[in-house]
Amino acid sequence: MSVANSHETDTPRPIDGRTDFPPVYRASLADRFRRFLSPDSVITDDETIRPYECDGLSMYCEMPQMVLLPETVEQVQQIMRICHAEEVPVVARGAGTGLSAGAMPHAGGIVLSLARFNRILSIDPQARSARLQPGVRNLAISEAAARHGLYYGPDPSSQIACTIGGNVAENSGGVHCLKYGLTVHNLLSVEVVTAEGERVTIGSDGYDSCGMDLLALMTGSEGLLGIVTEVQVKLLPKPEVAQVVMAGFDTVQAAGAAVAGIIGHGIIPGGLEMMDGFAIQAAEDFAHAGYPTDAAALLLCEVDGTEEEVHDHIHQAESLFRALGATSVRTSGSEEERALLWKGRKSAFPAVGRISPDYYCMDGTIPRSQLAHVLTEMQRLSDHYGLRVANVFHAGDGNLHPLILFDANVEGEFERTEAFGGDILNLCVAVGGSITGEHGVGMEKIRQMPNQFGNLEVSQFHAIKQAFDTLGILNPGKGVPTLRQCQEYRAIGPLRQPDVAQAGEAHHG
Amino acid sequence: MGDISQQLAEQVKQAAETGTALAITGGGSKPFLGRGLRGQPLSLAEHTGIVSYEPVELVMTARAGTRLADIDAVLAENNQRLAFEPPRFGDTDTIGGTLAANLSGPGRPWQGSVRDHVLGLRLINGRGEHLKFGGQVMKNVAGYDASRLQAGALGTLGVITEVSLKVLPLPAMEQTLVQPMAQQQAIDTMNQLAGQPKPLSAACWYDGHLYLRLSGAATAVEATAKRWVADSGGEMNVLEDGEAFWRDLRDQRLSFFSGSEPLWRFSVNPTAALEELGERTLIDWGGAQRWSRQDESLSVMAERAARAGGQVSLFCHGDRSGEVMHPQPSPLRTIQKRLKAAFDPNGIFNPGHLYSWL
Ligand SMILES: Cc1cc2nc3c(=O)[nH]c(=O)nc-3n(C[C@H](O)[C@H](O)[C@H](O)COP(=O)(O)OP(=O)(O)OC[C@H]3O[C@@H](n4cnc5c(N)ncnc54)[C@H](O)[C@@H]3O)c2cc1C
Repeated sequence: MSVANSHETDTPRPIDGRTDFPPVYRASLADRFRRFLSPDSVITDDETIRPYECDGLSMYCEMPQMVLLPETVEQVQQIMRICHAEEVPVVARGAGTGLSAGAMPHAGGIVLSLARFNRILSIDPQARSARLQPGVRNLAISEAAARHGLYYGPDPSSQIACTIGGNVAENSGGVHCLKYGLTVHNLLSVEVVTAEGERVTIGSDGYDSCGMDLLALMTGSEGLLGIVTEVQVKLLPKPEVAQVVMAGFDTVQAAGAAVAGIIGHGIIPGGLEMMDGFAIQAAEDFAHAGYPTDAAALLLCEVDGTEEEVHDHIHQAESLFRALGATSVRTSGSEEERALLWKGRKSAFPAVGRISPDYYCMDGTIPRSQLAHVLTEMQRLSDHYGLRVANVFHAGDGNLHPLILFDANVEGEFERTEAFGGDILNLCVAVGGSITGEHGVGMEKIRQMPNQFGNLEVSQFHAIKQAFDTLGILNPGKGVPTLRQCQEYRAIGPLRQPDVAQAGEAHHG
Repeated sequence: MGDISQQLAEQVKQAAETGTALAITGGGSKPFLGRGLRGQPLSLAEHTGIVSYEPVELVMTARAGTRLADIDAVLAENNQRLAFEPPRFGDTDTIGGTLAANLSGPGRPWQGSVRDHVLGLRLINGRGEHLKFGGQVMKNVAGYDASRLQAGALGTLGVITEVSLKVLPLPAMEQTLVQPMAQQQAIDTMNQLAGQPKPLSAACWYDGHLYLRLSGAATAVEATAKRWVADSGGEMNVLEDGEAFWRDLRDQRLSFFSGSEPLWRFSVNPTAALEELGERTLIDWGGAQRWSRQDESLSVMAERAARAGGQVSLFCHGDRSGEVMHPQPSPLRTIQKRLKAAFDPNGIFNPGHLYSWL
């Protein structure tokens, strides 16, 4: 991609891990791996390596020394033992759908792909759980569980492709996590191969384990603490009914108040999603779901449960939305209609992709009460940078996904996009939120970390990392900035022009 | 109502300098947990107060020494509650102690545990540094999850000073059903019912009876109760004071829990038979938590737990000089020792409380 080169100087480079990699050494290392891996599991030629150079955030890319595709946990252990002894960086990779460059390779390291660990090991319908290899696709779990009337809760929009190992590493969420939780809430145990090649199980078939909660610590650790080689998840009974109410509003403020209204009313919807005017238009042109294109904001509120419960709550939601000024209210009357109403939301990314050469998906969280303020501010930034932004977000849990539209072929536009994105994340922190709700820090948000955390917290994170990975070979350079980087990023401040900084501050003050 | 965190941090710093062991206490309601506390007391009892509460955001932040009773009262004014139903072992249970001990009530399989509701916390580490992890938003994956890591650590990693929690609306209605039943059949029934999309919110077997709780919209609870009662052929009945039963179960006030025989807590596969535990068993969490009273060694109990896919701890009574927690395999022991050192390099917090080697 044309932006990759111009961007390179701005990207923080990992500072630890081996960087000297003479060709002779690379060849001898590959030979060692070939002793226990099949020939097609050790990839060293550039052409075959190329598809691994980035994840879903393709602006960040790097070629690794080689890609390994082990098939057994013992092989993963052997790989780790060698890499540990040789101090070679290891970047785990699932499906590569991550959006924070978490699976971007290390120039002096190997990519450890879990793609061949794609078996569902067992489903226990009675205990409502499933044991999975890490490369199993998220959607495949629910598909396999369906014949028992069960499903797996967290449903990232990327669920056709993303893997459960990647979900654990990112603590992924989805449309339904307000009610059913994130990955961390739906795990029973994980098996991990440590940096030193030890194989350990964290958690059990029961719900709570003794002692400190290592399972929670592993979840969302972005491949920095260990390689996940098996995952046991909880399965949920499929709700009897689900219905969705769509409501259009004249202003974003009114829609925000309606979100608060529903929750204040004691209803926890299965999903509660919002789109702004621009996103509504794009999604409607793409999916023809019958969205009110004249609305400034749209809410999709899904209620699920027993027939009686859904009946009650749908009525309450409809009248609440009307009372709170909805300009249109429509409730799905059939499964087809429900699917159609969701189709627009679920295809929001490709829909936006169609009207712009490139787009950049951000992922910040805010307290819901700050919604209107943040959207107003975002519009101001959009005007300033001269870049359009479409907003879709998980309104129920305050997780924003602004999509910034840009053209990578226009000189300097990606840099402006990144600066705009950085401003949005800083804004999230300023109102009491977080720089990432579900996509992770990876390489992408390293710059914003010092905004959310002080040096003491960052140091504590490094100490945690050391406890698992004394040499720092697992996904080096990602997730947590070095203290030197923190100092540097705080000194230069966010990547933005001075006048915007002032405008932003004036407004916050 | 007070913030004494500076004073606490000072005390920790001094203890770190002199290498003095600190015994962290909250309300002192659970002195029986773990392997006993040794060291100079560091009390959170005065570090109290609700720092912020936004009912519409479903978030509350409270200082660690805040009593559950005080939190309940404030939440109830807004028709909300802590959905993980923290047990009360007295009047003085605090939110910090509840998290450190990872204690959740009968609704745990359905509503989640205390750690599931934690959004963030503040913690004084062994260097006396007051740190802040997580936040007050529902989703936050920046940095490692050092907040939930504290659940179950029994204060061995640091002094929790403040906790942010997700809170939830009170269910519109609850109803309890009871039916006489043998143990194995109860285990089967619990798991079978939990697989149905019905508003089941607790399932327990105690003293020859299966107890089920339904929570949610009134129509849903009533329809389900009616249907299950009908399906049982008249064996199942609505229990009038169901609320009292679940409260007594949660707070270990049922007669099963009295006396001083060792009380074992099994966290296992909900479908496990675990016949070895015999009749002196109480089953909670829809089968996933088994309480057992017997004089046995930890190693025998641990073997049973492992066969049932889970873990065991000696919750209270019995010999507390040896280990009381499920044995940890050596690589996990190494990781936990290193983590301990990462938070508490001088080993001053609750030494030996969780494991003899930590
Ligand atoms: C169109 C689109 C929509 C998306 N929607 C959502 C959404 O709704 N919610 C959401 O949360 N995310 C979403 N994502 C982001 C992404 O899909 C998730 O982060 C997903 O969990 C990544 O899984 P993966 O298998 O692709 O992991 P990868 O991208 O391959 O890796 C992600 C990270 O996990 C690590 N990793 C992967 N496997 C392992 C393992 N076995 N052991 C240790 N570490 C490992 C990698 O090193 C990397 O740091 C979306 C992405 C796209 C492209």
